[in-house]
Amino acid sequence: MAEKVLEIRGLTAGFVSDKGFLKAADNISLELKRGETLCVVGESGSGKSVTSMAIMRLIEYSGGIIADGNIVFQGEELTTKSQEEMGKIRGNKIAMIFQDPMSALNPVFTIGDQIAESLMIHQGLSKQEAMQEAIKLLGHVGIPAPEIRVKQYPHELSGGMCQRVVIAIALACKPDLLIADEPTTALDVTVQAQILELLRNLQAEFGMSILLITHDMGVASEMADRIAVMYAGTIVEEGTVFDIFDHPSHPYTQGLLNSIPGYETARGTELYTIKGTIPRLGELPSGCRFHPRCPHATEKCKLLEPGAIQLSDTHRTACWRYNEEAEVMNR
Amino acid sequence: MSELIEQEKVSSDSQADLRKPPGPWKIAARKFVRNPYAMVSVFVLLFFIVVSFSAPYLTPYDPAKIDFSSTNLPAFSEGHLLGTDELGRDILTRILYSGRISLTIGFSVALASVIIGTVVGAISGYFGGWIDTVLMRFVDVMYSLPTLFLNILVLAIFGNEFIYMILILSFTSWMGVARLVRGNFLQLREMQYVEAARAIGVPNRSIIFNHLLRNSIHPIIVNATLMVGSAILSESALSYLGLGIQAPQTSWGLMLSNAQEFMLINKWLAVYPGVCILLVVLAVNFIGDGLQQALNPRGKKHPVRRLNEWRKKFSKSAA
Amino acid sequence: MSSDGRLIQVKNVKKYFPIKKGLLGRTVGHVKAVDDVSFDIREGETFGLVGESGCGKSTLGRVILQLHRATGGNILFNDHSIVKMRSRELRKMRQEMQIIFQDPFGSLNPRFLVKDIIGEPLKVHTKMSSQEIDARVVELMELVGLDPTRRNRYPHEFSGGQRQRIGIARALALNPKFILADEAVSALDVSVQSQVLNLLMKLQKELNLTFLFIAHGLHVVRHISDRVGVMYLGKIVEIAPSDDIFNHPLHPYTAALLSANPVPNPHLKRERIVLTGDVPSPANPPSGCRFHPRCPFAQERCKHEQPELLEVMPGRQVACHYPLVDQSIGVKKTE
Repeated sequence: MAEKVLEIRGLTAGFVSDKGFLKAADNISLELKRGETLCVVGESGSGKSVTSMAIMRLIEYSGGIIADGNIVFQGEELTTKSQEEMGKIRGNKIAMIFQDPMSALNPVFTIGDQIAESLMIHQGLSKQEAMQEAIKLLGHVGIPAPEIRVKQYPHELSGGMCQRVVIAIALACKPDLLIADEPTTALDVTVQAQILELLRNLQAEFGMSILLITHDMGVASEMADRIAVMYAGTIVEEGTVFDIFDHPSHPYTQGLLNSIPGYETARGTELYTIKGTIPRLGELPSGCRFHPRCPHATEKCKLLEPGAIQLSDTHRTACWRYNEEAEVMNR
Repeated sequence: MSELIEQEKVSSDSQADLRKPPGPWKIAARKFVRNPYAMVSVFVLLFFIVVSFSAPYLTPYDPAKIDFSSTNLPAFSEGHLLGTDELGRDILTRILYSGRISLTIGFSVALASVIIGTVVGAISGYFGGWIDTVLMRFVDVMYSLPTLFLNILVLAIFGNEFIYMILILSFTSWMGVARLVRGNFLQLREMQYVEAARAIGVPNRSIIFNHLLRNSIHPIIVNATLMVGSAILSESALSYLGLGIQAPQTSWGLMLSNAQEFMLINKWLAVYPGVCILLVVLAVNFIGDGLQQALNPRGKKHPVRRLNEWRKKFSKSAA
Repeated sequence: MSSDGRLIQVKNVKKYFPIKKGLLGRTVGHVKAVDDVSFDIREGETFGLVGESGCGKSTLGRVILQLHRATGGNILFNDHSIVKMRSRELRKMRQEMQIIFQDPFGSLNPRFLVKDIIGEPLKVHTKMSSQEIDARVVELMELVGLDPTRRNRYPHEFSGGQRQRIGIARALALNPKFILADEAVSALDVSVQSQVLNLLMKLQKELNLTFLFIAHGLHVVRHISDRVGVMYLGKIVEIAPSDDIFNHPLHPYTAALLSANPVPNPHLKRERIVLTGDVPSPANPPSGCRFHPRCPFAQERCKHEQPELLEVMPGRQVACHYPLVDQSIGVKKTE
């Protein structure tokens, strides 16, 4: 049984506004084992980015607050650490890569400088040593002629190469956990395939865990060992990749999967839609947050918010329909 | 289709506020009203405007009438609240009539230069290319002209009419607005709604004046307000030097100029007009600041103090 | 109406952007965004156009709409050439061709009320009175599924999907025949995407519209399109009916594109064709077949000779010297 790298219990984080405290992430519980990839899937307003920023304690820089919950990383509690202590962990044990590689890199520093920065801060290497290491890393992430590239500036590289550089920076200190927030959304399809393959290879080599945030079910299907589906700030379903795709139990997950046109859907037919729109944070429905849009909503759903119901060892869902056994639904 | 409208109704019901929410101007007005400096300044400016323009009803004196029998009376003398100057003219009356002139010049120059600057900047920024190059070089030329000498020249050639003062000041202060508007338009013309308007077939002049102008109005307004202040200062400076307003008309700058000789005898002759200039320009600047903060949609809605309180109340983490 | 049902004919269209360097702005080269493209769009069909960044699909769409003037070639709309039209005729033409944009936030002027946004085309082209325009705006909003009582609001009060509907209503205001949907659903959430796609399909049937649907989401394109064209570096490399191209691509690039596309099914093991390197710059395209440096099947001929877009099977055109006729490279199911 692999050890747990990350354990989140009851995380509640969000922003303060005129209407009080808005919980962008409400009572989130997740775990991640060594070498595993967990995909957090959700649409806008689901709270997936807030969760990842909260783990890194970066949410405070955008005016957000962690109100409650525990984040345990390799046995250490992160919510009570100071920003200084977090600074020693970020880039070192936990690394993060973001959506837009062109803006994640500083345009006035060379690629080599940016990779070396992490090494010099966390491992105390000298500038020359760090540069040597940077060249090795660039080669490792598949950038040809790294000795030349290391002296170039970000604008001289394409989007795909920039994302590789970002990955190189993230992996410089061999982190145990990599958080990737929509790393391929801004990239072309063929480049996306290359980057995802790179991530898989690096994961196998370094044995690190990946927390991948995406809205693309295709990417989740390819990368994930386990998937957590988020809606309006809560996790509505969580399970292995096969649990979610073969036996989606929460009506939102089912709706999401049905809405995607696939190879099996007959061309030109009307697509399945989830009626209604995603609620705004300050105006969440009572009871189950999904009930106004759910085709199976009952009176109970309007009044009580469902807790997590275990469907199997690996699969849990937050829906009142599953009090005893799970129903298997075909896609 | 009815299902689609249902979807709409679901979301608008859940928003629970069926009245029309306030538009951007109302929101800005609310923010402005909460700014104490700005509101006080509005009252001060209004006070000056009202009092200056109702001068004939407030004082019985003629600001230009010379009366050697009552020269240099101190403040609070009989019938003269602020005393008289070296020629026996009532100071309060002169202050009020000067206010008229200064405020008129200030607002007119601001209006004129903003209009000229906006038109030049909009055309320059929207079309780009050689039009932009030509107009911007023209702006550079205008910047390098020495305003003072230009003033002297114009006034020497055409005479000391009030209207020439306004014209010359306008023609030499529109460049800042032009550059500002041009910068704005350069950015805005890349917006997708401009492309959308072209795709519909909206003619260029409509795009400039309907679509883009509305989106750049905020910095223009702020700039216009600040220009009132600088116009008043310019006029005061010119009049002080004897190049602007001439007797029998009066302006604060002119009063300052007159008071120069008598500094040692009666320093108050300089203080009254000086304080008026100070108050009006300060008020205008505060209003400009207040407008800028009110119109800025991304401005901090909550003071830092309140944010920190909330943080302590809700946050679990120490930092 | 064109006699053989072809609403739009694109003939050898080129669009080059000059690269200027130096003080005097000398033209040192050209970005060949669209390089000698020819194809037809039939009336009432949805033609999907796919490709990655730099392939020129967005530029091609805008050239067809005459938002950019073509550097060369001809475009016929209902058998009338629109390339050399003067501004007045072109303005009239705009009533027939409209565009829906990608960005629901940027494509609507934030300072315009929704009714003004939707009514603007009517104000520009017709002499309708305010009441008539208002009535038409109400009609359009209901057609796209928006609540007409909210027409006095600003765009920022609507969600992304609703704003996209506003954009669609605006595009429909003048009853156009042809609509260019430039990544119209790419910026929307998945659940909203399906709503908007359904709306577009419904409107096409009801109003007999012709769509040119530019997108990079391959599943979406397959679902909504009748025929699909694949672009690479300024050229069309393959055109075929939607199902054919997805089940049996003929061009190696199409095959690579399809195999790279992540499919939401963990049981599918893909035989992936991994392309090496990045897309070359359109300012300096490779000699011969533009795809040859990255093509896993490239041969000597491909380096020197540019392939023409030819019909190799009925209804299927491909620009390749060695199209994948015998091999079936696509998505394989293994369990």
